Amino acid sequence: MLYVVIVFLCLAILMYLLLGGADFGAGIVELITPRAVREKVRTITYSTIGPIWEANHMWLIIAIVILFVGFPPIYTMLSVHLHIPLVLMLLGIIGRGTAFIFRHYDAVKDDMQRVYNLIFTYSSFITPFFLGVIAGAMVSGQIDPNAPDFYSAYIGSWLHLFSISVGIFTVAICGFLAAVFLIGEVEDEAIKALFIPRAKVLTFLTFISGGFVFLAAEIDGLSLTKEKFTDWVSLSFLILATICLFVLWKYLRTGHKTICRLLAGFQITLILGSFGYHYFPNFIIVKSGENLSLFNSGAMGLPIETLGWALLLGSLLILPSLFYLIYSFQRRPAEL
Amino acid sequence: MDDLIAARSQMALSMAFHIIFACIGMVMPFFMATSHYKYLKTNDYHQKALTKAWSRGVAIFFVTGAVSGTMLSFELGLLWPEFMLHAGPIFGMPFSLEGTAFFIEAIALGFYLYGWDRFNKWFHWFTGVVVGLSGLASGILVVSANGWMNSPTGFDYVDGKYINIDPIAALFNDAWFTQALHMSLAAFAATGFAVAGIHALMLINGKNKVFHWKAFRIAIVYGGIAALLQPISGDISAKDIAVRQPAKLAAMEAHFETSKSAPLLIGGIPDVEKKEVNYGIKIPGALSFLAHGDFEKEVIGLDQFPEDEQPPVMITHFAFQIMVGLGMIMMVLSILYFFSTWKKKYWQEKRWFLWLFVLATPIGFMAVEAGWTVTELGRQPWIIYGFMKTKDALTPIPGIQISFMIFTAVYVSLSVIVSFLLYRQIKSLPNMEGEQPAENQSSTQH
Ligand code: HDD
Ligand code: HEM
Ligand code: HEM
Repeated sequence: MLYVVIVFLCLAILMYLLLGGADFGAGIVELITPRAVREKVRTITYSTIGPIWEANHMWLIIAIVILFVGFPPIYTMLSVHLHIPLVLMLLGIIGRGTAFIFRHYDAVKDDMQRVYNLIFTYSSFITPFFLGVIAGAMVSGQIDPNAPDFYSAYIGSWLHLFSISVGIFTVAICGFLAAVFLIGEVEDEAIKALFIPRAKVLTFLTFISGGFVFLAAEIDGLSLTKEKFTDWVSLSFLILATICLFVLWKYLRTGHKTICRLLAGFQITLILGSFGYHYFPNFIIVKSGENLSLFNSGAMGLPIETLGWALLLGSLLILPSLFYLIYSFQRRPAEL
Repeated sequence: MDDLIAARSQMALSMAFHIIFACIGMVMPFFMATSHYKYLKTNDYHQKALTKAWSRGVAIFFVTGAVSGTMLSFELGLLWPEFMLHAGPIFGMPFSLEGTAFFIEAIALGFYLYGWDRFNKWFHWFTGVVVGLSGLASGILVVSANGWMNSPTGFDYVDGKYINIDPIAALFNDAWFTQALHMSLAAFAATGFAVAGIHALMLINGKNKVFHWKAFRIAIVYGGIAALLQPISGDISAKDIAVRQPAKLAAMEAHFETSKSAPLLIGGIPDVEKKEVNYGIKIPGALSFLAHGDFEKEVIGLDQFPEDEQPPVMITHFAFQIMVGLGMIMMVLSILYFFSTWKKKYWQEKRWFLWLFVLATPIGFMAVEAGWTVTELGRQPWIIYGFMKTKDALTPIPGIQISFMIFTAVYVSLSVIVSFLLYRQIKSLPNMEGEQPAENQSSTQH
C-alpha cells in the first residue's frame, strides 16, 4: 500500500504542476500581453479554465493530505522550517483564487476590475515562485533541525540562490504551459500571431532558467550538476525534455493544439520525472544528513492501508467524472 | 500577546471565517436544487432567475470557502506541528475521504455553473444536488476529525508514543455522531435564516415581490425545520458531553462545585476568583436532568479538575448562553412562520412580520460561532483531549503575532469584498414584475 500512496502523491504533485501550473500561467501570460488585447485574453482564460479551475486546485490539497496522513514527519518539517515561504505562497493562493472569481462575478464592471486584475496577475506570479522556492529548499540540504538561531532555522533554509532559481524556473514553466494551452483556444488569427512569439519567448525562458538552476546549484556548492551527469536515467529524461522543447517550437507555428499540449505536458512530466527520479525516495534533504525519505517517514500499518484504499476508491469516483468534465468543456468551451 | 495566544487566535479566526463559507457551501446547493426543480417542473421563470442568482452567490462563496480551507490544511501544520506529527495518521481518515468529497464537489460545481443548456436538463440538475451532498459529506467528515480531538480513540498511548493506530475507530469516535448531527442542522438553520432575512429585506423594499417571496419560502422552510430540530439535537450533545467531557459541561454552566440535583444556570456572570455566579437565574435540578435525564443525579463540577486542566469559564459560559438563547429565538420564529402559513396567511403581508426575519439574518451564524467557541474553548487546555496540551503542540517558530496580523488583514478584506459583491449582485437584479418574458431573457448578465 505504501507504493500506492507514493504513486498518488507523485500523481497529485504532477497534476498540480500541469493543471494548476497552466492556471497560474494564465495570469503570467496576461501580464505580458499588450494592454489592447488583454480583455480578449481574459475572456479566453475564463472560458477555458473557469469550469475546471476549482478542480485543478484540489490536487494541492490531495498532496497535502497525503503528506500529513501518510508522512507526518515530512509535513511537519516543511511547516516548521519553510513556514515563511509557505505563508507567502498561501497569500498568493488566496489572492489569485478570489480575484479570479470576483472579477468575473462582480455584477458591476467598474474600477474594481483593475484591482482584481492587479491582484490576479501578481499573485499568479508569486504563488508558483514560492512553490518553486519550497521545492528547491526541500532538496537543497539547507534545512537544519538543529539550527542555533532564527536566521539559519527559518530563513537560511530557503533563502539562497538555488531555491530562488527553482522558483524562477517554476514561474517560467507555468507561463510556458499556459501559453501553449491558450494558443489552442485562440481563434482570432491576429491574436494568435501575437501569442506565438510570446509562447516562444516563454519556451526560451524555460530553457534558460532551467540552465540557471544548474548554475545556481554550482554556485551554492550543491553537487547536483555532477550527480546529474553521472545519473544516466535522469539525464536522458532531461535530454528528451529538451528535444521536446525544440519539436514543440516547430509545432507552435502550425498550431496543432492537441499535439502542442501533449508535448508540453510530456515535457514537464519529463522534467519533474528527472528530478523526482534523481532524489527518490528522499523527500527532504536535511543538513545533518538524516534525510526524510518516503520510506523512512511513512506512517506504517493501518493508517497507510486505509489511506491507500481511500485514495483508490476516491479515484474510482473522481477520475471518470474529472475526465468527463474536461472533455465536455474541451469540446465546447463555456459560453459567457 | 505571546506566541501561543497569537497562534490560538489565528486558528480561531481562520476557523470562524471558514465555517461561514462552509455552511453556505453545504446548504445553498440544496436551495438552488429546490428552485431549479420547481423551475423544471413548472417552467416558472422566477424560479429559473432565482436559481441563477443563487448560483452566482454560491460561486463567490465557494471560492472563498475553498481558499480559506486550503489555508486551514496548511495552518494545522504551520501552527501545530507537534499535534499533526502524532494526530495526522490517526485522524487522517476523515481528511482523506474528505479530499474525495471536495473533489467531487468541485467537479460537480463545474458542471453545474457552466452547464446550463448544455447537458440533459435533469443531469444538469442532478450535478447541483451532488454539489450539496458532497458538501454535506465533507462537513460531516471534518467535524468527525474535530470530534476525535474531543474524544480521542483508535490508538494506544504508550510511553509518549501513539501506537496500534486504527483510523477507522478514530473516524467513528464517540463524539462524531452528535457533533455531525448538530453541525449539519446548524448549517441549515444558519444559512436558511440568513438567506430568508436578505430576501425579507428585499420584500420590504418592495421590488420584485413575487420573486423574493419564492426565495424566502424556500429558505425559511429549510431553515425553520432545522431550527426546530436544533434544540433536540443540542440536548443530545449536552448529555453526551456530560459523559465524555465533564469539564466542558462544567465550564459551559459555570458549575464550580460538584453537586447532586445541580441547578441549570440561565444568564449570570461567573466570578472565577470566588468560584460563584452573580445575577443568574437558577432552575433547581435542571442541570442534573439535562445532563443525565434525572433531577437528582450528581453533576461533576470544575473542582474535580486540577487548576491547569480547567477550561476558561467566562467565555465558554457566555458563548453557551448566546448559542442557546439564539437557538430559542430561531425556534420561536420558525413556529411563527409555520403557524402563519397554516392559519394566519395575512400576517405575512405585514411589515413587522418581515422585519422580524430581517433582524434575524445574522443570528444563525452568530449561534454557529458561539457553538464552536463552546466546543473549542471547552476543550482547552487540551488539543487532544486528555493526551496532548495545546501549548505542547505549538510551532517553535517565533513571531506568530505577525502572521496573525497578516491573516487578520486578509480575512477582514475578504469579508469586506464578499459583502460588497453580494450587495452588488442583489442590487443588480433586473425588474421581474409582470409578464413572463420570452425564454432566455430571464438570464441576467452572467
Ligand atoms: C444555528 C446554530 C446553533 C444553535 C441554534 C444551537 N447550536 Fe449548539 N452548537 C452549534 C450550533 C448551534 C455548532 C456551531 O454547530 C456546534 C459547535 C460544535 C458542534 O458540533 O456544533 C454547537 C455545539 C454545541 C454543544 C457542544 C458540543 C460538543 O462540544 O461536542 C452543545 C452541548 C450544544 N451545542 C447544545 C445546544 C443546545 C442545548 C441548543 C439549544 C437551543 C443549541 N446547542 C443551539
Ligand atoms: C469551523 C468551525 C470551527 C471553529 C469556529 C473553531 C474555532 C476554534 C477556536 C475558537 C479555537 C481556539 C481555542 C483556543 O485555543 O482557545 C480553535 C482551535 C483549534 N481548532 Fe477549531 N474550530 C472549528 C472547527 C475545527 C475543526 C473541524 C478542527 C479539526 C479538524 C479544528 C481544529 C482546531 C485546532 C487544531 C485548534 C488549535 C488548538 C486548540 O486551541 O485546541 N477546529 N478552533
Ligand atoms: C467544522 C468545520 C468545517 C466544516 C463544516 C467544513 C466544511 C467545508 C465545506 C462544506 C467546504 C466546501 C467549500 C464550499 O462549498 O464553500 C469546505 C472547503 C474546504 N475545507 Fe472545510 N470545513 C471545516 C473545517 C475545515 C478544516 C479544519 C480544514 C482543514 C484542515 C478544512 C479544509 C477545507 C478545504 C481544503 C476546503 C477546500 C476544498 C475545495 O476546494 O472545495 N475545513 N469545508
